[in-house]
Amino acid sequence: MLLTRREFLKTSAVTAGVAITGMGFALHPVEAHAVELRKNLEEATRTTTICPYCAVGCGFVVDSAEDASGKMVVINIEGDSEHPINQGTACSKGSSLYQLANNENRLTTVRYRAAGAAEWQELSWEEAIPMIAQRIKDTRDATFKTVNAAGRTVNRTLGIGSLGSAALDNEECWLYQKFLRALGLVYIEHQARN
Amino acid sequence: MTNHWIDIGNSDVILIMGSNAAENHPISFRWVNRARENGAKLISVDPRFTRTSSKADIYAPLRSGTDIAFLGGMINYILGGIDGTEHIQTEYVKEYTNASFLLNTNFSFDDGVFSGLTGITYDQGAWAFQTDEAGEILKSVDGDGKWSLDDPNCVYQFLKTHYSRYTLEMVSGVTGTPQEKLLEVYQAYVNNCHQPDKAGTIMYAMGWTQHTVGAQNIRTMSIIQLLLGNIGVAGGGVNALRGESNVQGSTDHCLLFHILPGYLKTPQDIWTDLATYNESARPLTTGESRSLNWWKKTPLYMASFLKSMYGTAANPDNDFRYDWLPKIDAGVNYAWQPLFDAMYNGTVKGMFAWGQNPACSSGNANKVRQALAKLDWLVAVNIFPTETAEFWRGPGMEPASINTEVFQLPAAASVEKEGSITNSGRWAQWRYKAVDPPVNPDDENQKAKPDSEIMNELFLAVKALYEADGAATFPDPILGLKWDYFDGPDIPSVMLAKEINGYNLDEVGNPTGLVEKFTLLAEDGTTSSGNWLYCQSYNEDGNNMARRIASDPATDPIGLNSEWAWCWPINRRIIYNRASVDVLGNPWNESRRVIAWTGEGWEGDVPDGGAVPLKDADGNYREGTYLPFIMRQHGVGQIFGPMKDGPVPEHYEPLESPFAVNPMGHSQRLNPAVYVPPADEMNAVASPGGTEYPIVCSSYRLTEHWQTGVMTRWAPWLSELQPEMFVEMSEQLAAEKGIANGDRVLVKSARETDGVQAVAIVTKRFKPFIIQGQTVHQVGVPWCFGWVAPAMDSTRVTSGNLLTPNVGDPNTRIPESKAFMVDVVKEV
Repeated sequence: MLLTRREFLKTSAVTAGVAITGMGFALHPVEAHAVELRKNLEEATRTTTICPYCAVGCGFVVDSAEDASGKMVVINIEGDSEHPINQGTACSKGSSLYQLANNENRLTTVRYRAAGAAEWQELSWEEAIPMIAQRIKDTRDATFKTVNAAGRTVNRTLGIGSLGSAALDNEECWLYQKFLRALGLVYIEHQARN
Repeated sequence: MTNHWIDIGNSDVILIMGSNAAENHPISFRWVNRARENGAKLISVDPRFTRTSSKADIYAPLRSGTDIAFLGGMINYILGGIDGTEHIQTEYVKEYTNASFLLNTNFSFDDGVFSGLTGITYDQGAWAFQTDEAGEILKSVDGDGKWSLDDPNCVYQFLKTHYSRYTLEMVSGVTGTPQEKLLEVYQAYVNNCHQPDKAGTIMYAMGWTQHTVGAQNIRTMSIIQLLLGNIGVAGGGVNALRGESNVQGSTDHCLLFHILPGYLKTPQDIWTDLATYNESARPLTTGESRSLNWWKKTPLYMASFLKSMYGTAANPDNDFRYDWLPKIDAGVNYAWQPLFDAMYNGTVKGMFAWGQNPACSSGNANKVRQALAKLDWLVAVNIFPTETAEFWRGPGMEPASINTEVFQLPAAASVEKEGSITNSGRWAQWRYKAVDPPVNPDDENQKAKPDSEIMNELFLAVKALYEADGAATFPDPILGLKWDYFDGPDIPSVMLAKEINGYNLDEVGNPTGLVEKFTLLAEDGTTSSGNWLYCQSYNEDGNNMARRIASDPATDPIGLNSEWAWCWPINRRIIYNRASVDVLGNPWNESRRVIAWTGEGWEGDVPDGGAVPLKDADGNYREGTYLPFIMRQHGVGQIFGPMKDGPVPEHYEPLESPFAVNPMGHSQRLNPAVYVPPADEMNAVASPGGTEYPIVCSSYRLTEHWQTGVMTRWAPWLSELQPEMFVEMSEQLAAEKGIANGDRVLVKSARETDGVQAVAIVTKRFKPFIIQGQTVHQVGVPWCFGWVAPAMDSTRVTSGNLLTPNVGDPNTRIPESKAFMVDVVKEV
């Protein structure tokens, strides 16, 4: 079984009293972790990716394997030694990519906050998508202008805006702008400006 | 970036200014260090002594917001105004820039303002060049008819006059940099790269863009790089260090109000049909017969874009459905700041926040949070909870009084889907899916989804509503949109990548194959291409963005890596590379050749345009060839170039600064083209030179946190390393304020009068400036923190952007979050 960082820290704390090295911290769990990781990596599925943080565009290697329930999970992410820019190296954010893929705080549930409410409530995807679509249509229809004050064709709505996203893939950016411009949005902005 | 990350290793001298690359783009330093190992000098100019500064040969401090003064002095040095010697690359300046172009005799710069200003708007026609009867621009010429730099009305002579005011004494009196340090920087940079075979580069980031003179900061450096012959060459260029993994790609695909994919202009109401658009949205005349004027091809790209949008519904008979595209009103701005003004005043009623956290990322974030509370609905899509999705229970908010409906949709992370992103060096690189997006452990029907899947579900649901409503408002662009990705033979990201690249189409509009490259796009509807700049990224050769052949240094000594991934345009790794050779086509530096003319063709990188050299082997100018800057209207580098706020840069004070008058000695304190919204309760501005907020402040990022921290504050390893908000200040300021290292303090500005809560870091990294006889303190705050992560706590007022103004550059409307005024007090 692989140790999570938290379990690893707990283990360190327990064993620290008996296995302190000259550097002041326990090495045994680190060694055990490395051995365990190496064994797992030999059997893992390997894919390449590019870091989602800054735009240096460093390459990373993702190792994934089945967990006890048979689901593929990421077991390690590290710098791609074949990548010509980073040549296997990583900064502190890049080194922590494992925690993006394995993070108990990741959103997994559609949530809805009603007008005036103090808490979220859960919705299914099947409930949420039609609700949002209806609001898009209602706002668009109420605010859509085929001509502006000067009488010229504009075919737009100023009632809906969009922010984002430099966090999307290129293909998603293309699809997203297509969606927004089909609705008639002109208030389209993203991280390039702010 | 005109160049790319690996290319930084080719530089002889590197200036890092408006950026802290060592901390914010750490791996870039791999290539900075490579250059240094080869003998390059590194210069760091920054208000704060950063980790970048710690690696530099020379560090020079400057007051935030005075970069134009600092660099204006460098221009003066280059032009001989400081040591009496010109330090330009003469042939490059004469042949490849507009330095010899003649200005109209009525052009003027008087008391801080260029000719043509009415209100806050310049008439750029007032800056036109002299032309002959045929419309050809007149140049300063020598006895042989060659372009020269001597005519008193030419750009070069104007530049000399304009920057002669930027003496060491004057600059130091603006920036606070000691005069000897200014000279040391000017000499170290210029003397190491003005020679034809030497290259200097600039690495800048938001430290230059987030100012009321942001675009002109970059213009100043561009002028320097042109004068020194550094654009187009290996180890040179003007290099913006992009801060988000795909902010380059998302800008290329134009998730922005003013441009369509591939930087085509957004249609305006006055461009009433496609023919008018094609006449108006590109330069039709060049004034220079040797200019290729690449943008003349706009009609090909626009027709191909419209075919990708509307498929078989778009054809030449119906203007390719040009009328279906939403139009902006001519002269009206719809950027970030007016968008939030429109939200605040109730015009914008619905909002998507898709992979963005404006409640923390925006200048004047308090106004943003109040504006969000006026929405009818907000759809927030992200991989973690954000301050934006949770705005209704943030600091100072009363949920019961906020009627905004909020939908929070869980999205997939980068390793849970497949697609490409484009790095700062314009490399589009493919990422593969490793695992499925996470499923809620307590409810298997609840799960995160890839963004494209969410978009697809939303669009199809909207479309179904319009199909069912026979009386709906203008449903045509929704019903007629080409949208067929999730039932095809490929995975959607591959289908989308192919659509972006574009198809050859038969007479009924069916694809017959992928377009090879954008030079083969057509105006008549026989090609589609979602984004002409990406045409070639996925063609019949396959997915070029997925290529993984790193080059051998023995055959690729400058590290172009032309078969690693793919880069726009047309896999050209260094743009403007036809300026890397002389007029005969010989590289300025053979050992760092980007391209070279063999006598029959070009070798090396994909040449910019590909025309033959300007001169033949006998040294005579050829007929029928063209100048190297093919994307520019006149074919040359624009030392003199029209921006909304002037043809050349001038120092103006930031919106908020310690000085009520411009230390340059003229009466124009603020950039005259800046739009300052009417002061109301949400738009407060500190009075210039006032005592209430006397300390200059700048915002920045941390190595351990990314942007607002949405992704990194949730990562335990990173939050352990950088747990909370802080403010850095000098020992002298701390002593004045009675603040000790580690004290809890409040940082206050005109927009956050109660103060942002921070821990004081008292450090030698900041030193007070002595400017105009007064002591000027500067502090700095990160903008990576908020109240949602790592634990929800609405009593924590910790976001740096609560302090910043949302007034910005007239060209870009990027707000001035790198120079504003604050006070710091000990928390009691």
